[in-house]
Amino acid sequence: MERRDHRTLIVTGARLIDPARKLDGTGHLVARDGEIVACDLGDLPADFAPVEGAEQRNGEGLTLVPGFFDLRAHLREPGYEDRETIATGCAAAAAGGYTDTTAMPNTHPCADTPGAIELVLVRSAEAGRCRVHPVAALTAGMKGESMVEYGDLFDAGAVAFSDDVQWVRDSGLMRHAMESIRTLGVPVISHPEDASLSPNGTMHEGTWSTRLGLVGLPSAAEVSAIARDIELARLTGAPLHVPHVSTRDGVELIRGARAQGLAITCETTPHHVFFTDSDCRDYDTSFKVKPPLRSVADQEALVEALADGTIDAIASDHAPHTGTDKERTFAHAPFGVIGLETAFAAAHERLVRRGPLDLPRLVELMSTAPARILGKPGGSLEPGRSADFALIDPEDTWTPHAGGLRSKGRNCPWLGRALTGRVHTTFLAGRVTFDLETATPAGGAV
Amino acid sequence: MFAQKHLLDLESYTAAQILEILDTAESFRRVLDRPIPKVPVLRAKTITNLFFEPSTRTRISFELAEKRLSADVVNFSASGSSVAKGETLRDTAENILAMKVDMIVMRHPDSGAARYLSERVPASVINAGDGMHEHPTQGLLDMMTMRQKLGSLEGKKVTIVGDIAHSRVARSNVWGLNKLGARVTVCGPPPMMPLDIESLGCTVEYDFGRAIEDADAVNVLRIQLERQENQIFPGNREYARAYRLDDRMLARTKPGCIIMHPGPMNRDVEISSAVADGDRQVILEQVTNGVAVRMAVLYLLSGGVRESLGQDL
Repeated sequence: MERRDHRTLIVTGARLIDPARKLDGTGHLVARDGEIVACDLGDLPADFAPVEGAEQRNGEGLTLVPGFFDLRAHLREPGYEDRETIATGCAAAAAGGYTDTTAMPNTHPCADTPGAIELVLVRSAEAGRCRVHPVAALTAGMKGESMVEYGDLFDAGAVAFSDDVQWVRDSGLMRHAMESIRTLGVPVISHPEDASLSPNGTMHEGTWSTRLGLVGLPSAAEVSAIARDIELARLTGAPLHVPHVSTRDGVELIRGARAQGLAITCETTPHHVFFTDSDCRDYDTSFKVKPPLRSVADQEALVEALADGTIDAIASDHAPHTGTDKERTFAHAPFGVIGLETAFAAAHERLVRRGPLDLPRLVELMSTAPARILGKPGGSLEPGRSADFALIDPEDTWTPHAGGLRSKGRNCPWLGRALTGRVHTTFLAGRVTFDLETATPAGGAV
Repeated sequence: MFAQKHLLDLESYTAAQILEILDTAESFRRVLDRPIPKVPVLRAKTITNLFFEPSTRTRISFELAEKRLSADVVNFSASGSSVAKGETLRDTAENILAMKVDMIVMRHPDSGAARYLSERVPASVINAGDGMHEHPTQGLLDMMTMRQKLGSLEGKKVTIVGDIAHSRVARSNVWGLNKLGARVTVCGPPPMMPLDIESLGCTVEYDFGRAIEDADAVNVLRIQLERQENQIFPGNREYARAYRLDDRMLARTKPGCIIMHPGPMNRDVEISSAVADGDRQVILEQVTNGVAVRMAVLYLLSGGVRESLGQDL
């Protein structure tokens, strides 16, 4: 299914970060037939025999990291191809250093049948730029009313079950769904929002919603949903993944549950650590997202939790919309931002340059940890693994602009903002899926 | 020249700009008492009134103000479902661009809609109410009325009672009154009080009696509980029990405290008929001032200069 590069590829001189093996230092990587055959700190082994026709890459000044793995991307196909296709989404992912991404099930029709899962796998294999792991719906039609055939969906290739941004309100149904999924060993991804607490809400409920006269989405809607889901995880023993946690109190609940040994993982997004509710001040719909951009105190708690390990992963929550969709008033524009192409740069800017994380921790949050959460290979540069990696330049400052995006979406809150940290080349099974040198750059140099 | 192009909110206006509007409005207020209450200051200016939400008073008040200034007026009212979804606002802006109007007065159910339009058209935009955000000309006419009755607003206490959370009138009043040095208290039941409203510069008092006892003006907002999409409060009876301004509550105000209401009133819900018709209310004066204040806004935003207004009149 995957197109491998059968040639030998040798990268030397780069800073090598492999969180899975806790490696960080100048090192080398050799790949052949799409697999890593050698990867370690230091120079190539003295007895390394030169290979005829091998592609040599000088990685000096760059950092070699495992390919990023996105836990949450909306690729929109089938049904919403004017917003994104699997091909454009995969191109965007590759430009962001991703070699793996999920595809969320809120397509039309939604991914609640094996056929829908297969379609995503076939289309992404055709596109070839990124490995796509489909997430299946948790309930039929994502309506929260009845269960789907979890085993069939799993067999077809589903890596997790989720009703996307619909929280299953029926706690009894959710309990038995989690019990059913438990034996498959894949996580249930439950968007934490009790929507009855936030009908018509458009932004975080707080000072800024009051000031702007916009209906609020209270933190309590998220926190109370997380509380219920934790109890169901306790009751059922099913692995629970909390996506895009955004509140201080939600993080606190997860921290407590994990301390009790529950199998709960969670992620947050680059936009939730980069922006706050005050960024909605100009009614710019590029900042309308679910969960909403929260307060400064919430953001500080997220950053702290990323540093101390309470938050396992960073997901882009890439959610493309057409310009027409987003060019409505704030109340009526759809929720969502795009982020595959800017995730590393934004997270690096905020969490490493201006925050407490070091680069290896950020790489772990974007590669090793997501792969582990889904029980997939990836996020590792160990010999024998698929040669999925990226060369990044943490010092390269660039400014994303709309014309350079590979995604069809234009709802990117970082447009026009200088970010430091840039993906230079992405390799999937040894093959280049993105190269800054040859591709239309997604942004201009500063 | 007046240093603003649009009137989108009072938040971004300075005290000096607000006072300039109020002073100009007093001049126009005198025009309204003349046998021929019309001046030619906006002759050949085209103004479009865009009302995407049902409105009678505000629309008529603006239209009258425009006609008293001799402007050419085009009205557009729509509150159908597609318009309510906000889908056509961009197209509306394009149409306005093509028709080359000078000023736009817009009411829209979405907060931020006036600003949205102002970023897309070269015309001056006057916000006639955007969602729950602001209703700046109502704030101005309220302040004009208070100034007439109370003199300078510096240090005066104004209490606003009602559904503060959903009220654009309340927000414009809080911003404007603060800039003029008044102390503002907002009052209403907790479900109608938005989070952290104090950050706009007011105090919150849930007890109606305490909220009004040392007020110089009480501004009573319209309560609409029959059409709650998501129920936030039991109903009119529950509201009236604790927050209706009737003779019993009026007795707790100090002498000289004026009673205001932006209209339309729900008699005997938020205000008793006796108080609504009583000698402390200034409600119809607010309506007349509304025309004058809107004339002043239109005049100043169209490039008019207050100092030369004497000759223009």
